[in-house]
Amino acid sequence: MGWVTKIALIALLSIPGWSQGITVAAAADLNAPLSEIAANYQKQTGMILKLSFGSSGNLFNQIQNGAPYDVFLSADEDYPKKLIEASLAEPSSFSRYAIGRLVLWTPESSVLDVEHRGMDTLLDPAVKKIAIANPQHAPYGRAAVAALRHYGIYEKVADRLVLGENVSQAAQFVESGNAQVGVVALAHALAPTMQGKGRYWEIPADSYPTLHQAAIILSRSSARKEAVEFLNYLKTSPATDVFRRYGFSVPKETP
Amino acid sequence: MDWQAFALTIRLALIVAGLLVVIGLPIAYWITYSRWRWKFLAEAVVALPIVLPPTVLGFYVLVALGARSPLGREWQALTGHTLAFTFEGLVIGSLLYSLPFAVQPFAASFAAVDPKLMAASATLGASKFETFRRVILPLSASGLVTGIALSFAHTMGEFGVVLMVGGNIPGVTRTVSIDIYDQVQASNYVSANQTALVLLAISFVVLSAVYALNRRIWAVWPWK
Repeated sequence: MGWVTKIALIALLSIPGWSQGITVAAAADLNAPLSEIAANYQKQTGMILKLSFGSSGNLFNQIQNGAPYDVFLSADEDYPKKLIEASLAEPSSFSRYAIGRLVLWTPESSVLDVEHRGMDTLLDPAVKKIAIANPQHAPYGRAAVAALRHYGIYEKVADRLVLGENVSQAAQFVESGNAQVGVVALAHALAPTMQGKGRYWEIPADSYPTLHQAAIILSRSSARKEAVEFLNYLKTSPATDVFRRYGFSVPKETP
Repeated sequence: MDWQAFALTIRLALIVAGLLVVIGLPIAYWITYSRWRWKFLAEAVVALPIVLPPTVLGFYVLVALGARSPLGREWQALTGHTLAFTFEGLVIGSLLYSLPFAVQPFAASFAAVDPKLMAASATLGASKFETFRRVILPLSASGLVTGIALSFAHTMGEFGVVLMVGGNIPGVTRTVSIDIYDQVQASNYVSANQTALVLLAISFVVLSAVYALNRRIWAVWPWK
């Protein structure tokens, strides 16, 4: 056996098997809570969760093109429903696991009094750039645009909007001081890495369509049993407590 | 089809390629003729963007040149805004990103010029600048064209830096590559495909024209 073949064999053998653990594609707003939930779950069951974060639209698109995920946690329920329609996901596995909340968020050092001025903050002349997620493929971006329209200020601020590739990038634009205010997930404002770095004002839930976040198991998953167990775990209090702590509401019943 | 994105991308690539001639020529000259013993360090720095992922450059433009850094505050005091989300920001990011693609062909063609010709020029009383302008530059025409074409093309195709610092503003920072990315993310494959095809066609035409021109210059040069 030549040395090239040997090296190729060693490389092949060192690829970890896909059968161990499940791969989870998750919306960007879940970054902090899901990492914590996954760590707890792994400690409890020994099951390894491989997490991939992105905008829901981005992940949806990858799944359509054959990405090898077992579970998809979307930031809305439309993408999971579309996957069911396309026979790419198990209809019976559809479940709502959390309800996302939207906030206006400014850096701690900002002169803007976002906590008291609420939506008016966005019209302050000191606000040069407002970061939101890209409404083309991020549910939080669509919710942000809906809220701006609800308050009748979308046209006034449209030329100051900058679009993050997903809602985490929108938050990062604000955190790095490049945008003065962002319309982001409450989960970002409450994340441990953001503690003491910003102030927020929650946008009233009636000003945008409810961000029902739904989970689904993909048809091509070869770890269906493990995936079902994980989705069930998301409904139990160790997981829902984490979601609540990060500012999500938890749906009482699932359809 | 988002023609605005095309206009923006071509404008960005033209400006960057133009600026890189101005910045790249002196750097390439120095790299070729300097005898400084630590010159290799400068060469390594110039080549860094080939190795570094665009995310590193994007990160620096965003954070090191952002509102929190001294440099970023200076810039903000000067212009009233940060570099991120502006066309200037994209220009600066692209300049760094495409620098080696201009400097390396420039320097390679300078190095290929016969030193005897330069010595002859000097003995005939030409200054260093005059030798550069009338001997080195004409003999390096091929390398110049290649450097300009590569930095133009490289900037046209830039994606990572723009995604990180652009903020996706129509007409300001939404380049064609970002537009295509968005179309794909939103599952608009038809329009992504159209835009990609047009970009492919433009790139091919530009590069073919450049290489055709380059060949003629080779055949005809020197004039006298």
